[in-house]
Parts: sequence; C-alpha cells; structure tokens
Amino acid sequence: MDWLRSARQTFDLQQYVVYLGFLAIFLFFAITLSDDGFLTTRNLSNIVLQTAPATIMAIGFVFVLSAGEIDLSFGSIVAVSALSGAVVMQDYPMVAGIAAGLGVGLAIGWFNGFLVAYLRLPSFLVTLATLGLFAGVARSMTDLRSIPVINDAFTGFFGSGSLFGIPSLILWTIGAVVVGHVVYRETRFGAHVIATGDNAGAAQVSGIKVPRIRLAVLMISGGCAGLAGLLYAGRLQAARYTLGESDLMTVIAAVIVGGTALNGGKGSVIGALVGSLLMGMLNNGLILMGLSVSDQMIVRGLIILIAVAISLRDPAR
Amino acid sequence: MKTTVHGGSDAPVLALDNIHKAFGGVVAVEDFSLELRAGEIVALVGDNGAGKSTLVKMISGVHAPSSGTIRLDGEAVSFSDASVARAHGIEVVYQDLALADQQPVYMNMFLGRETVRGPLNLLDRKAMMRETQALVDELDVRIPSAKAIIRDLSGGQRQGVAIARATHWARKLILLDEPTAALGVAETAKVEDIVRTLRERNIAILIISHSLDQVFRLSDRICVLRRGIQIGVRETAKTDKNEIVSMITGVG
Repeated sequence: MDWLRSARQTFDLQQYVVYLGFLAIFLFFAITLSDDGFLTTRNLSNIVLQTAPATIMAIGFVFVLSAGEIDLSFGSIVAVSALSGAVVMQDYPMVAGIAAGLGVGLAIGWFNGFLVAYLRLPSFLVTLATLGLFAGVARSMTDLRSIPVINDAFTGFFGSGSLFGIPSLILWTIGAVVVGHVVYRETRFGAHVIATGDNAGAAQVSGIKVPRIRLAVLMISGGCAGLAGLLYAGRLQAARYTLGESDLMTVIAAVIVGGTALNGGKGSVIGALVGSLLMGMLNNGLILMGLSVSDQMIVRGLIILIAVAISLRDPAR
Repeated sequence: MKTTVHGGSDAPVLALDNIHKAFGGVVAVEDFSLELRAGEIVALVGDNGAGKSTLVKMISGVHAPSSGTIRLDGEAVSFSDASVARAHGIEVVYQDLALADQQPVYMNMFLGRETVRGPLNLLDRKAMMRETQALVDELDVRIPSAKAIIRDLSGGQRQGVAIARATHWARKLILLDEPTAALGVAETAKVEDIVRTLRERNIAILIISHSLDQVFRLSDRICVLRRGIQIGVRETAKTDKNEIVSMITGVG
C-alpha cells in the first residue's frame, strides 16, 4: 500500500500548487516591488477589481471543462453581451440592459450547447467557430464604435458602486464564487457534471441525462461570459468589441492552474478564483516592474507554461 | 444442493417466456424461456455470438424483445430504456466497469442517485460515505476507505465496488456480464466470494461467464445457448463439464 499512499500525496500536493504559486509570486512581488506600491491596499484591491470579469468567466469554464467539453467562444460572448446591454440601455432602463446582456450570453451558450449535446459536434470546433462568428458580430453590431454607458444605476451596480464600503465588483466576485462553488461541489447537478466529464458512458447507464448536462454547462459558460460583459461595461462605462478579446489565455491558465483537469472529471471553483487572482497579480506586478508590453507577454507566457506544466503533471505516470 | 429459496410469493423473480429477438432479418435469440427465483444463481453460457449479451440487454431494457414476455414477480413488464429496468430493481454489472475513475468510491456508489439533504437539496456526503462503508464492510470488499479514488484501486477492488453498487440498488435481480474477465486468480476468487454473499440476500443472479470452472463453482443452474437457440438448462449438481461443453459446441 506504500505506493498508493505516495501517489495520493503527490496528488494532494498538486491540489495545492495554485496556493503555493500564489504565495510565492505574492512574496516575490512584495519584496522586489516594496518601493513601487505593490503592497498598498489600493493596489491590491485594484487587482481584485480588475480580475472580477475573468474570475467569473473562469467559473463558467470550470463547469465546461469538468463535463469534458471546452468553450473557446466566451471572449466573443463577453463583447456581444456588453454591446447588447449598452445598446439597449441607450433607450431603455437598466433592467432591460441586464436582461439583454445576460440573455444574449445564455442564448449563444444554448446555441453552442445544442450543437455539442444534440448534434454531437466536438465542442472544440463548435466554439472555435462561434468565437470567430461572434467576434465578427460584435464588430459589425456597432461598426467598431464603442457605446458609452451613461446609466448611473448600472455603472454603480456593475462597476464603481459599493455596498457597506465593499466595491460592487468584489461583491460580484464573492457572490459568483460562492454560488459556483456550492453548485459545483454540493449539488447533484455538480456531481453529474463531474461524472459526465469523468466517464460519460458510466454517467449515461447510471441514469444521468448526459446531453442535458452538456447543454447546461455551455449555457452556464455563456451566462458567465454575459455577466462578465456587463461588469466590463459597468467598470469602463462603455462597451466595445474588444472586450474579452484577450481573456482566453488568462482564463484557461487560471482554471488549469487552479486544479481543473483539461479532460474533465475534476475541478475546483475556489482554485479557479485563486488562479485568476494569480494571473491578475502577475499582470499587475509585471507592469509595476516597468517591463515593456512585449516583455510582459513573454514573461507571462513563460510563467503560465511553467505553472500549467506543474499542475498538469500526472502523478500516475 | 438447495436450488431455490422462495421469497414471499411463489412467482419467480424473473420469468422469460418465448423471448424472440431479431435484428432486421438476423435472428439473435430464438424462443428463449427461463425462470429465476430469489436467491438463485443461474449461469448463462455459450460461445461468442450465441446471444448471451443480447439476452442481458433485453432484461436490462437496452433492447426490446421482438416477441415474447418478460415477467417480474409474475407481472408482465416492458422497459422503454435502462432506467425503467433499474426502477424495477434490476441492476447490471458491466464487463467494462461503469465507474467514474477520478471520483471516490462513495460517489460511484450513488452515481446518478445521490443522497441530498436540507431545503437546498445539497449532497449529503457523510450519509453516502457511511452507507458505502457499511455496505463494503458487509460484502467484505477490501478497499482503503469509502473516500478512496477509484483510479487508486486494483481491478478486483473496482469490480467489488461495481458489484456492491448493484447490490445496494438491486431489489430483485443482478445481471453480471463477465464480472471477472479482466481479473487475476486471487481477485477472481474474491469477486466470487462476494457473489456468494449476494445469494444470502435473496437476490436472483444471472451471470454470464466464459469460465466453466467459475460457472460450476457459483451457479445453481446452467443455461446453454448456441447460435441464439436455447439448448437446455441443467442443475449444476446433476451435470458435469463434459455435458455442458458438448451442449455449447454441439459436438459429442
């Protein structure tokens, strides 16, 4: 049984890679950037505020990956949702804008999910296609113009506002993580998502409606992307086709580093949150270090590569 | 040897009457009749392509018979899919282990039928672990704990978990489709021990096996199929391997 115990220990260590990595990078920046304001409350809270949309996309992505599927299209959904909300709010109240943003996200998620679950097209190809398709839609919707959001209630609710002194973006993050974690870990639905990704055949013969699970996870991802789009629009007080464009790599890295398996059956919402904060911290620290944009991209890419390599190493092999 | 243990009623747990199954023009099973009583182990033997798997799939609701009736406790039933058969208390242990590898034993035990609690219907992991532990202890399936991940278990332990799951949910009948095909000698012996304990729980068992040694060790009766035709049913105590082999092959 010794081999078994040691395998389990490696396994457990892997679960904590994200926390150790987070701590290591935090300490590194805290020491090297102590004179550049990294440790100020303002800077640290900025990191959390800036990562809010990515964290919420990451939560949706945990569900998709855990079910054994993938969603590459969420970046485009962010832009289309934000633009839809912004356009609607030019003439209608906030509620209509929120409904439009979330509705568009869920609808695109449903479209992805229908193709994947019922026509059995591979989600990689479906969402790669819809990534391009809806990036085009976002561009043509407003002829590349950005749409200002001047609805104060909306920008407060999704952006600059606060409740009991806590910024609304942090509240959204906490809310999404709590709901996501509970649904993922503590409900039958979450268990069925994980079982579907682990062994779809076993899930099927155990009475789990596998196609319904596949549809649901892609809709969750679409809905999360829609919410992320609203958060971007609220914080920036404008919607633009570029929103979400550069989040794909960050979100995938955050989720994988956070302990979610690329091929399904295993995942963590809390891990995705920490992974997302880690990516945000990395961004922030590299800027404070004064690296040029191109150097930042290189360093970030390398660090993600190392982190992913560590967290994906299968102890069984 | 005692061959039947009667339950509350005299009706057999499972009765197949003149079951016939054809796929297009190809006859897979012809005129098959068999009764299983509670606490009885019946072995289904025959060469590859004899129709054994087709029969199991009809009993578990994957395929519908072309004609003939299936009775459970004397009542005619028709299953539209596997979940209906399951609701009737029939469980199948598949050859290719329908377990989710990265999940703990207790989540596999309750896969698709998780226990929930409270107004929010949240998973009751403690209850599932407790029940799983009690069951594996009772069946003497030796696993490190109910929380062990399936991937960390041996083939025999996994099959033990699959059988324990079937035992937990089956009220009437368990179908074992080549339960030891992938196992070594010691693990096979262990799984056979578990199957024997099921007899005492008054569950009817239909086992498909290629190993005649195993069939003679476990079963009360042996039913032989050859090319979809039911050659005969023998009481295990009153037959021998030579007779069964000649029934399977049609030679001698």
